[in-house]
Parts: sequence; structure tokens; C-alpha cells
Amino acid sequence: MEHKPSVPGEVPTFTATLIIRRFDPEVDEEPRWQDFDVELHATDRILDALHKIKWEQDGSLTFRRSCAHGVCGSDAMRINGKNRLACKTLIKDLDISQPIYIEAIKGLPLEKDLIVDMEPFFDSFRSVNPFLMAGGAPKDGKERKQSPVERARFDDTTKCILCAACTSSCPVFWTDGQYFGPAAIVNAHRFIFDSRDEGSNVRLDILNDKEGVWRCRTTFNCTDACPRGIQVTKAIAEVKQAILRGHP
Amino acid sequence: MPVPDEPAATLAKEPLALPKIGMPRRPAGTLYRGREGMWSWVLHRITGVSIYFFLLVHILDTALVRLSPESYNAVINTYKTPIMGLGELALVAAIGLHGLNGLRIILIDFWSVGTRHQRLLFWIVIGLWLVLLAGFAPRQLMHIFGGAA
Repeated sequence: MEHKPSVPGEVPTFTATLIIRRFDPEVDEEPRWQDFDVELHATDRILDALHKIKWEQDGSLTFRRSCAHGVCGSDAMRINGKNRLACKTLIKDLDISQPIYIEAIKGLPLEKDLIVDMEPFFDSFRSVNPFLMAGGAPKDGKERKQSPVERARFDDTTKCILCAACTSSCPVFWTDGQYFGPAAIVNAHRFIFDSRDEGSNVRLDILNDKEGVWRCRTTFNCTDACPRGIQVTKAIAEVKQAILRGHP
Repeated sequence: MPVPDEPAATLAKEPLALPKIGMPRRPAGTLYRGREGMWSWVLHRITGVSIYFFLLVHILDTALVRLSPESYNAVINTYKTPIMGLGELALVAAIGLHGLNGLRIILIDFWSVGTRHQRLLFWIVIGLWLVLLAGFAPRQLMHIFGGAA
């Protein structure tokens, strides 16, 4: 062999600048922007860049992540002005000739750096009864049967991972924290249109409220932000129509 | 990064003395980069509020004719200035956009595939609006600046 053994498949790296909106409640009165230069591969994700910063440059950088593969919904943040999951945003899809701006999602109380208080979000999720409401035993048999067509009716809204990217992209939610928000309506939709469920009217009553589906102004920010590709605004429109009809 | 030697109290008093911390560029956070849907909503809100204030003034000046026709004429005469002419142009533009986008919102709410085509619908609204303005704006500008009857 004439060739000296090279590292197989060496991937070129480059330096990207991340500008992160940081906030330490024990030190800062106001959030501040901080620059970091990170050496990255094009195949890296924003989450990898945040890890490199936390592990190699500044251990105080604070963010949530659990599964790191777009399933748990922990690391929703605002990347270059749009809500995205850090673990599903590839560096190569961003313009790295410009700095990458990263900040916490909007409309929920900022706790530290990229972490917000998710409790108001989960409160509105809980208030739409996001569980199967079925009284009594299933008819003749052991199962509550459902045809593929009936299952397909609400398939889109089963995909929600409760990352809050949609709710915190909603201009109505930013200014009106009482609004249920897209995620809660998506999870209500998942049961309202489920043929096995018997609590649709309860949920439609909950959402037929000043702060319910009628707050939706169809800005489509939620549909654009959803990392699971759920047609959020369409789901909200279907709930609006179900309320007008009086049944799913 | 090594931990600075200063006591925490000094850090708390002088957060800007920490290394690598620049001055805040945009302390309030970046503008959310929404797409057509968000900007159509922003335009709808701005034009809606503007039209509301126009209607308020319009009802007041029209009601004036029952109280005193002379002062009604005086008020109407002040409208015949180039600035008010441009204001009328802005009013027609605002009503046109608000009305067409209102039809778009009705389609989004009630047409089963409206949500899927909302982006296309927005550009159709903008197209129709420009066509309407192309018909009105030259005529209005001639009235204001050309003295045409």
C-alpha cells in the first residue's frame, strides 16, 4: 500500500457563531446576548453545538434535552427567530455565514437561559381532558373496536410530543396567556374525533370559550413550527366547525 | 472555563465585568419570523384598527350636518387637500386589503382545504388587491395633483 492510512471519511469542519440569549436569575436583571464560536460539522445539529459549548466552553449554559432525537419534546427553542427542536435542526440547513441566534421560546416565564416554566402550558393541556372518556364496558366483547378509517380521522393529532413549539409561536398566546393555545386544542382534537371517545361534547364546551378556539387568528405560525408536521391550524379549524355543528 | 477568583458578591454587582459577555444587541429578543399567515394577520389588524378610527371620525362628521350644515361644509372643505387625498388612497387600500383578506379567512375557516392553501390564498389576495389599486390609484392621484375633474 502506497497510501498512508488516512482517517476514513474525514468530514470537514467549520466554525459557526452562535449568539445565545442568556439569563441567570441570580445575576442578571435582564436577559443578555452572548457569542460563542463553535467548530462543527455540517451534519451536526444545534443541540450538538449547545453540547459543545456546555462541555467545552461554558458549563453554566442551561437548556433542556432528554432523548435528543425529536421524540421527547424537551428542547424546543427559538432558532433564528423560529421555533424549532434543537435536536432536529441541522447546521447545514442554516446560513452559517451569519451568526445563529438562539433564545428561549416566547410567552412562557423565562427561568434560566433557554429554560422556561412549562407549567402554564401543561395546565391548559390538562384542562381539555386529554384522555379517553368512555363510560361503562365496551359493547359485546373485550375491545373498543375502531376501523382504519375511523382511526385515520384523528391520526395527525396523535403525533403531538408536547414540546410547546406551536403554543409559544402563537402571537395570541404571547399577549394573552389565558388562551388555551394550539397544543391543548390539538390534544383535544385527538379525542374529540376519536370514535371510541364519549366526552367530545365536554371538550367542545370547554373550547367554546372566549379563551378557547375562537382566540385563534389563523396566523399559521403553529403549523410552521410543529416539529412533527401536524397541521395544527387545520385541527383548530376542525374543532371550530365541530362546535358550530354541535358534534364532532 | 476557569471560575473567576472574585467573590460572588462582586460578580452580582458587576455582571458586565464577566468575560466574553458583550453588550446586548437586541435585549428584547428577536422578532418572530412568521410567514405569510402571520404577516397577513398583522396587516389585517393594522388595517382593521385604522378603518375603525376612520369610521369613528366619519360618523362624527356626517352627524354634524344635522347640527349645523355650515360647519359640516367647513369640515368637508378641509378634506379637499392633497394630504387628505392621499389619506383617501390609504383608506381605499386598507379597506381593499382588509376585505379581501377577510374572504381568505372565511375560506380558511369554512373550506375544508382552505388551511392547506392559505399561502396561495394570501398571494391571490395580494394580487387582486394590487389590481384594484392599479385601477383606483392613478385616477385618485390625477384628482389630487392633476386638477382633473
